[in-house]
Amino acid sequence: MAQMNMIQAVNSALDIILEKDSNVCIFGEDVGYFGGVFRCTDGLQSKYGKHRVFDSPLAEGGIVSTAIGMGINGLRPVAEIQFADYIFPAFDQITNELAKLRYRSGGEYSAPVTIRTPSGGGIRGGHYHSQSPEAYFTHTPGLKVVIPSNPHDTKGLLISAIEDDDPVIFFEPKRLYNGPFDGDHKKAALKWDTHPKGEVPEEYYSIPLGEASIEREGSQLTVLCYGTMVHVAREAVKLSGIDAEIIDLRSLVPLDIDAITKSIEKTGRCVIVHEAPKTSGFGGELSAQIQESCFYHLEAPITRVTGWDTPFPHSLEWYYFPSQERVIEAMKKTMES
Amino acid sequence: MNNKEKTLFVPDAPFRPGDKPDFSSLDLPEAGSSDKPDVLVNPSEIRDLAFGLVRVLGDNNKAVGSWDPNLKPSVLKEGLRHMTLLRIFDDRMLTMQRQGKLSFYMKSLGEEAVAIAQGMALRPDDILFPSYRQPGLQFVRGRNLVDMICHCITNSKDNVKGRQMPVHYSWKEGNLISISSPVGTQFPQAVGCAMASAYKGEDNVSISWLGDGTAAEGDFHYALNFASVYKAPVILNVVNNQWAISTHKNFSSGNATFASRGIAYDMPSIRVDGNDFLALYSVTSWAAERARKGEGATFIEVFTYRAEAHSTSDDPTRYRPKDEWKSWPLGDPLERLKLHLIELGEWSKTDQNKLEKELDQLVIKSYKEAEKYGTLNEGPWASEETLFEDVYKKPPRHLRKQRQELGI
Repeated sequence: MAQMNMIQAVNSALDIILEKDSNVCIFGEDVGYFGGVFRCTDGLQSKYGKHRVFDSPLAEGGIVSTAIGMGINGLRPVAEIQFADYIFPAFDQITNELAKLRYRSGGEYSAPVTIRTPSGGGIRGGHYHSQSPEAYFTHTPGLKVVIPSNPHDTKGLLISAIEDDDPVIFFEPKRLYNGPFDGDHKKAALKWDTHPKGEVPEEYYSIPLGEASIEREGSQLTVLCYGTMVHVAREAVKLSGIDAEIIDLRSLVPLDIDAITKSIEKTGRCVIVHEAPKTSGFGGELSAQIQESCFYHLEAPITRVTGWDTPFPHSLEWYYFPSQERVIEAMKKTMES
Repeated sequence: MNNKEKTLFVPDAPFRPGDKPDFSSLDLPEAGSSDKPDVLVNPSEIRDLAFGLVRVLGDNNKAVGSWDPNLKPSVLKEGLRHMTLLRIFDDRMLTMQRQGKLSFYMKSLGEEAVAIAQGMALRPDDILFPSYRQPGLQFVRGRNLVDMICHCITNSKDNVKGRQMPVHYSWKEGNLISISSPVGTQFPQAVGCAMASAYKGEDNVSISWLGDGTAAEGDFHYALNFASVYKAPVILNVVNNQWAISTHKNFSSGNATFASRGIAYDMPSIRVDGNDFLALYSVTSWAAERARKGEGATFIEVFTYRAEAHSTSDDPTRYRPKDEWKSWPLGDPLERLKLHLIELGEWSKTDQNKLEKELDQLVIKSYKEAEKYGTLNEGPWASEETLFEDVYKKPPRHLRKQRQELGI
């Protein structure tokens, strides 16, 4: 085991997979010589060669479309989109091409592309460096969507994503890169060596896509969350005194509905937390699936704590970012009804 | 066939940290060596301008050739003043960013002439679609420094209400369209804006800038094609400053000039020395006049060098030789204009020192005044209720409800 932050965990996963499979290549803006603006690919070009880890032109649509072509011809490309906010020029290639290739060719063709992209707020990035666009992609059949919340899961899930024969969008909550963040920006920043999931095996391992993780066991209420919000929820639960079960979804598609159902059958109450805006956010989908699977176990309406239906602001970031207080308030309200 | 020796070609930058930069292989024509065509010229007759380099200011600091715009000394001095102000303003903002007073900053060092000369060659009603590295346009159009700083320190007087990171200016009075972080998006928008001017029978032009790296985005190609098809009165500039964060221009262009791409779209395509105030002014005036006469778009490659880091989040010593800029053969645009004015007998080192002191005081005074309206860390910022404003013209019911949930 080694201590790693999320950047090192990404790097370690890529390192292992580059070593293991010569058909894996990594490319994107600034990922080659420089090693990525967040340093996730640091040292990999010099270790594996220019053709394995390389810089691309600034063209997100070009990155994804060429990754599809490489995938069709036997490679297993890992493309980086520098910020999730910049993924939209590639939207057509992702949603109409990458996601549908297997289906539209009657199963003859597919492209095992993984798209890594840093997402989420909390870094004073304004609306072009803070977005959480996962719901656009969970709404597209054919894509898998993964969002880890700690270094240990990041490595295992990224290895699974790359080895998966279906396309995967792998969101990396950038506020968590260097340490867990519980939503209190006034506190001194923590590093991952203070967190048990900062312990990461150096060797190969994988975590299956579609399995949620129980972040905290509890009996009174279920909190569903992913990414940075896992840490916000954890602190909120601690402060609330409510014995809540926290489920870190880890993968939105495929979704571990069994784990969710099992928990809610036990607790009867549910609060959903995500950073993305509320309307048509993934929380809406979760809420619908829960009432389909365990409506008669519910003792209170499901509550969502989310970003507002506004663009992500800069100076008013902390009015937007779902806070511990808002999560506590939602849990209390759910307990009272 | 599987030949393990052969593999994918991936380009590289010419020089990396530790290398001694050597730009002697660059083909740099003498100042004055290219001829200025008539503005009504058929683009097919001036294809050589896409491969050459329009230069007016020679190594002897004299203006030469038919592209010399013959500007009055007062205009040159105004240009020098703006460029000097921009450099001082940038230095001050960077210092304040290092002290945690700004969340982010981007400098124009080495590229000051681009926004200043090109901006000065236009009319105030011409519409600007800049990237994040042309803040100098606002000096040309007389924007209050305090307002610019209020945006950069994201306080209560920030006219974009604290919604964007610093240097993402918007200024309606100055016809400067709101700047976006996603690169290149403004390029085809400028074309549409120009199409609207033509539609309405107006003779103002639109102008846009993007970088060499961004010339790889689809938006770049949309812009050129639409501009050509509709003969839109637009000036499209690629500021080829060699670097897009760590990505060298070799990842965007191969060995061809950027300007040569315009030839295929049948539009005048001119490559210009981006560190030459006079050449930039002249080429831009030419393009604007041509557009106003109904002859459509001009495509310009502004050949320059990004002397600073991409932004305060970047560390260029990791990917290029330290001080590579010092080897750039086209020099420092501010210095070149200053030496030209001195050569003309219109300026002196003493004048420059005096100007720098005056502008330094102006920037410091403006900064202090801006801080009266709040700071990034302490506020006051735009009020909390502004969070829900401007998402739509009028907040729909669900946003009013969310605002209540937040308790404001």
